[in-house]
Amino acid sequence: MLPDLAPDQLVDQLRTMLRIRRFEEALIKLAGDHDVGHFHVYIGQEATGVPALARLEDGDVVYTTHRNHGHLIARGVDPAGMLAEILGKATGINRGKGGTLHLASAAHGFPTTSSSVGGSLPIAVGSAFAFKELGRDRVSVAIFGDGALEEGAWHEAANIAAMRGVPVIFLCENNSLEALGQKANEYPSSTLAAVELTDLVAPFGIPFEVLDGTDPAAVDGAMARAIERARTGGGPSFLETRTVRWPGNRPLWPQLLTGETDVSMAWDPTRIPDEHRAWHERQDGVLRYIADLVEAGRATPDTVRAIDDAARSEMVAAITFALESPYPDPREALDHVFA
Amino acid sequence: MSSPDPRAVVGDAVPPMPERTYAEGMARGLTEVLAADPTVYLMGQYFFGLTRHRSLTVKIRERFPDRVWDPPIAEVGYVGTGIGAAISGLRPIVDVATASFIFQAFSQVVNEAANIHYMTGGQTRVPMVIHVNHGIRGGGAAQHSHSPQAMLMNTPGIQIMTPSTPRDVRGLLHTAVASDNPVLWADHVKLFDTIGPLPDEPEAIPFGVADIKRVGTDVTIVATSYMVVKALAAAETLAADGISAEVVDPRTLVPLDLDTILGSVGRTGRLVVVDECHQSCGIGAEISALVAEHAFDALRGPIRRVATLDVPIPFSPPLEHYVEPTEEKIVAAVRSLVG
Repeated sequence: MLPDLAPDQLVDQLRTMLRIRRFEEALIKLAGDHDVGHFHVYIGQEATGVPALARLEDGDVVYTTHRNHGHLIARGVDPAGMLAEILGKATGINRGKGGTLHLASAAHGFPTTSSSVGGSLPIAVGSAFAFKELGRDRVSVAIFGDGALEEGAWHEAANIAAMRGVPVIFLCENNSLEALGQKANEYPSSTLAAVELTDLVAPFGIPFEVLDGTDPAAVDGAMARAIERARTGGGPSFLETRTVRWPGNRPLWPQLLTGETDVSMAWDPTRIPDEHRAWHERQDGVLRYIADLVEAGRATPDTVRAIDDAARSEMVAAITFALESPYPDPREALDHVFA
Repeated sequence: MSSPDPRAVVGDAVPPMPERTYAEGMARGLTEVLAADPTVYLMGQYFFGLTRHRSLTVKIRERFPDRVWDPPIAEVGYVGTGIGAAISGLRPIVDVATASFIFQAFSQVVNEAANIHYMTGGQTRVPMVIHVNHGIRGGGAAQHSHSPQAMLMNTPGIQIMTPSTPRDVRGLLHTAVASDNPVLWADHVKLFDTIGPLPDEPEAIPFGVADIKRVGTDVTIVATSYMVVKALAAAETLAADGISAEVVDPRTLVPLDLDTILGSVGRTGRLVVVDECHQSCGIGAEISALVAEHAFDALRGPIRRVATLDVPIPFSPPLEHYVEPTEEKIVAAVRSLVG
């Protein structure tokens, strides 16, 4: 399904999704030769973040997590500065003080990025609290994974948000569908007694929706409703977007297990290999979106290829910029402790 | 001297500064900062604990009914809300009440508030004040008697004020609210009934400027918060024996006015540090180390620490009294150095 948007907006969202995909793929390759610390990629969740954040306006704030790269690109942060930050360079968007876990750009509405699971939930409520008290027509969005609902911070933040009726949107990206967990000698993903994540939302009286996170139309529509509720004094909302965990996210460090994305699989099923067939056919929201665009006549394969080529070129240049950027002067470690 | 200022010669005609309680200094400060800036906001209202002064918050609430919020019992939730609100335009004063409860919120205080300005490379400021009532209040036992200042002095990114007089608490509060950094405001409930001069007009007392509460020549006693009262009482006792003790109150631990401490030790050659944190890695340990590093040659004897003994705080009055810093312990520490 395609979102109910103008044709150029539909193509813009494809462009953003492909830029995120190519950014993450480039980063995984880059990390093979450079120590960037433990990092997390957004592959498989682009069809959630791009339509969701496209609905926001200047001044709205987003608090994301350790899995933040896609969200920043979706709101227009320069990938070159992000990659420079991930490599700890002086040209990084956090001046080398944050790295992959804390990418933030206040100018783009990312005031701070916490990698402490659930850590940003009450902070996002706090921004919404200020917006309401100051009479500002703004929205605060907390993006988090299913694991954050295991934290007590969720309960405390949701209670305050509901009681104060503040304009916050809890966007829970549940990327754990079909997660293998410990059976495959991996860490467990979601460890909750609740059967449904939204069982932890309902008691607070916060309106919620459960969505297919690979369906941009569903995400766009639900986000539009949540934003409308927030801006008209209707208080908080909770959206659970469900995606299958990308196979390359199952190892402790991301690996390109499904190869670099081949956009032609979207219109030429004969190119889909047997390995990871379910991923390529059904679970990858980007390929699904391309297929829908082509089928609806909103984009041709040539258009898609051109957009994809531009995204790849952009990331090649971004990596070159990041690699060629200098490291900060070591003494800058002492700066910024206090404002 | 030639042509003295005519106003100076009528000094006796200047009315003495009125004497007020510490609690009134707090209440005046809170009222003034709320009146001066519409973005100042009280989250929590147990500033005066369970003492007889708690009705002072009723007056504040009556005057600023829209800027006092009673949060749920959710330290992670409401401290995080304060952080987010500070990021988005309010200047919250968040009351955690009994200092031991701040441990519930340590993830927000230590891992979020203290880090945000630094890890965003200076992009985002957190102008909030976190108020606690610290220390051995009598019968508080192990879970209501903490002095967490040392732990938070060990956490770069938080300014710490530990006032000891009505004038200091009010003046430092003005500076705290104007600060663009998270500030820990630690009061001691045993100070609330103490009396001291309080000017009629509001004033801001800068951070990082120690106050010599009593001038002396034989020994320097550095003390903070309620320990200043005990140090002054000890100095009075010592004076009867001909020992002249200087009492230095740093007023803020971060930033710390090391110059005034070193200057005093340079004159007296002896140092006793009194603080109510536990002795190991306490405020006294840090100040002792700094003086040993910077003014070893000025010392005519070992540095003595008077601190809370390294055990959880017991309930029974004689046990509690045994572990806390007392006037007698301060006197004994000084006598071990002088005479």
